[in-house]
Amino acid sequence: MSFVTVRDLFQTYGNRPIIERVNVDVAEGEFISIVGASGCGKSTFLRLLLAQERPTRGEIRIDGAEPAREPGLDRGIVFQRYSVFPHMTVRDNIVAGESFRAGWGRFFGDAAKAARDRADQTLARIGLDHVADNYPATLSGGMQQRLAIAQALAAKPRVLLLDEPFGALDPGTRLSMHDFLQDLRAETGMTVFMVTHDLEEAFKLGDRVLVFDKPRWDPHDPSRYGATITYDFDARDGGIPFQTLKENIHVPEPH
Amino acid sequence: MRLINIKPGPALALFLVLLPFAAVLVAYAVGSDIRLTANPSDKLLPAPGTVGDTMMRLLTEGDRRTGRILFWYDTWASLQRLWLGIAISASVGLVFGLLIGLFPLMRSLLAQFVAVLSMIPPLALLPILFIVFGLGELSKVVLIVVGTLPFIIRDLSQRTYEIPQELLVKAQTLGASSWVIAIRVALPQVMPRLIQAVRLSLGPAWLFLIAAEAIAADLGLGYRIFLVRRYLAMDVILTYVIWITILAFAMDWLLRWASRRFYPWAEEGL
Repeated sequence: MSFVTVRDLFQTYGNRPIIERVNVDVAEGEFISIVGASGCGKSTFLRLLLAQERPTRGEIRIDGAEPAREPGLDRGIVFQRYSVFPHMTVRDNIVAGESFRAGWGRFFGDAAKAARDRADQTLARIGLDHVADNYPATLSGGMQQRLAIAQALAAKPRVLLLDEPFGALDPGTRLSMHDFLQDLRAETGMTVFMVTHDLEEAFKLGDRVLVFDKPRWDPHDPSRYGATITYDFDARDGGIPFQTLKENIHVPEPH
Repeated sequence: MRLINIKPGPALALFLVLLPFAAVLVAYAVGSDIRLTANPSDKLLPAPGTVGDTMMRLLTEGDRRTGRILFWYDTWASLQRLWLGIAISASVGLVFGLLIGLFPLMRSLLAQFVAVLSMIPPLALLPILFIVFGLGELSKVVLIVVGTLPFIIRDLSQRTYEIPQELLVKAQTLGASSWVIAIRVALPQVMPRLIQAVRLSLGPAWLFLIAAEAIAADLGLGYRIFLVRRYLAMDVILTYVIWITILAFAMDWLLRWASRRFYPWAEEGL
């Protein structure tokens, strides 16, 4: 039962292929970690999932719907930086998760009060209630990312996309963010795609780990070929020592 | 110790701040004294005392014919023109800045056009403005608008364009329409920049105001300066110049205060 379906996905900038022939099926509620070296198209793949870019060929469908033409309510995103609105207080950032779809981008009267109360509950749950009236710039990096995740979830997306969300955090904060994310996921059962540089993080949080790499390599012209999914690990049973290869690999094996 | 590491204490800092002002005053007083001893009826550098007396007279005594204190009428007339011109520039500039910065279609349509427009020297248009809009208030306000609007549009469209793409994408994933992104994300983010742009435009705005008043007006700070020039009334001119400087400085300070007060989150950018 495939929830997110990626079929024959190609993305080319100019005549430079970035990713080629990506096929993957993801069930609802799966947590997908995406790893790979720099410049191997993980972030491009995430932008394609987000519909911030449209692929040269191929398509991405969520729950069988038509491929999206622009970012929308069904996909939530948390970037490494610039994920919350700096000109809104912490509380208003959460309220924005619900109110931006309204005609004026804000609620009025009773609806506004109800949304504020819901936002305060959310903030209490994620431990940010004491800074509800502050601006995000006064928050630490970890708090800003917690806020960004809560804001994205306030819009109730069908798929949550995380682009190196903890990349700029120190190791201790990163661990507490892992707990935070795992709790939220246990609560919501949401489908998540997370791009990360950190292999340990990828296996710890993910149900599946997709590895992006270039299966073909021209030493005279490294940008000749694009990257694709070369490994697809099942990471459910506890991370690194226990991973098992899930699908056929696309790399030529040494003889 | 290196010079770059030597920082003044509070007392020394205050002294250093006041020093150039004092130096100018002293230089003027000495120069004026030298000229007046050589020729007591010299009009070029009136003694500081004379300027002070003139200042008091201008601020308090009415015109002999009408009884109006012209100084305040001049100030009021000039400030009205300036305020109107700047207000029109700021609001039109804000709208077009957002349109050009946010919508690629508008950028293609208008960005180059505004860039070319901004190269027209506004003072060269002054005769046309006088012919088209007459010698009244309208042509002066229009000159200020023509002189400051292209800069404000270009600055704000650039700032809007520089809003991190991540924020615009995030807003879209929260279901925001183009309209909501414009009023809830882009507008508040460029408001502090608008105040900055207006601050930078105040200098040119005063320039165009005084130029327009010098050529055709019957009231206004610039008009008065160019009127008394005929009588070499340096004391009056100096009073007006000091007053214009104080006004300009006060406006600048007020705008900076407003920016801090209403957009505290943009603090580090100012």
